[in-house]
Amino acid sequence: MLLRRRSDLVCQQVVELVNDYLEDGLSRADRRRFEAHLRACPNCTNYLEQMRATIRAMGTLHPDDLTPDVRDEFTQLFRQWRSEDGGG
Amino acid sequence: MPTDRSARRALRSRPAPRTILTVEGTREGDGELVARIRAGDEGAFLMLVGRYNASMQRLARTYVPNDAVAEEAVQDTWIGVVRGVDRFEGRSSFKTWLFRILVNRARTAGAREHRDLSLSDGEPAVDPSRFDSAGAWAQPLESWADADDRLVAATWSACLREALGELPPRQRQIVILRDMEGLPSDDVCDVLGISEGNQRVLLHRGRSRLRTMLESELAARGR
Repeated sequence: MLLRRRSDLVCQQVVELVNDYLEDGLSRADRRRFEAHLRACPNCTNYLEQMRATIRAMGTLHPDDLTPDVRDEFTQLFRQWRSEDGGG
Repeated sequence: MPTDRSARRALRSRPAPRTILTVEGTREGDGELVARIRAGDEGAFLMLVGRYNASMQRLARTYVPNDAVAEEAVQDTWIGVVRGVDRFEGRSSFKTWLFRILVNRARTAGAREHRDLSLSDGEPAVDPSRFDSAGAWAQPLESWADADDRLVAATWSACLREALGELPPRQRQIVILRDMEGLPSDDVCDVLGISEGNQRVLLHRGRSRLRTMLESELAARGR
């Protein structure tokens, strides 16, 4: 079918639905429309993959190393808190 | 007694707590560390601090106007952990318990500052000029299939952290808890006291912005 059906999504709508799709928050009908669009649209397929790559990249950020200063500070604090608890 | 340096090396060599890309190794779970802290184990405490302090600092910073106030809230939280560790019953994950305490402290501190934390809703996921009048992409969008390795490489950490820092506070909160710390969405709503709907909107805005920032950074680096 060459004419776009009214129910077809355009790219600009798809990018607003990508997160709900990833979060499994689309209704079954919307999910079908979303996936139908992706099958026909390499750009939006790339967009979805970019979003997944973004999420994966954020997941690799953690944790930061503690600097020696922070480590020492928390060691002191821990000893202090424990001893206060023991005394009180 | 390990030297400070070897302890730090050990800390660094541990895999991240939960990421999609790294495999869980033999590292101790939070529950085991909590049990050791109950017994007064300082090393276990430092491991937990190493695991969560940076995210806590980032999260606290979204509620308060400067790093110093955020540090206070984080430190208050750790005091609460050490003093309250006997009361932690494990009904939620330790991580969720920890972030819930933190958010309470940071929110109390932030309330004094009357920060405006708007939803910044209505902002499009992608700049409208990227689409033609029919709403289709005006230019082809690049595949990032080969960019994955580069995105996780060490040189990107600074860029990703900076991008995260540029998100509006409420979007940043969700991205820290969901995508960095890997909390389930129910726990995130619980910790932040927001609805599922709000959480999804904020996560959508946050992730969309991060993607846009990465896109321009990839373009600037010439891929």
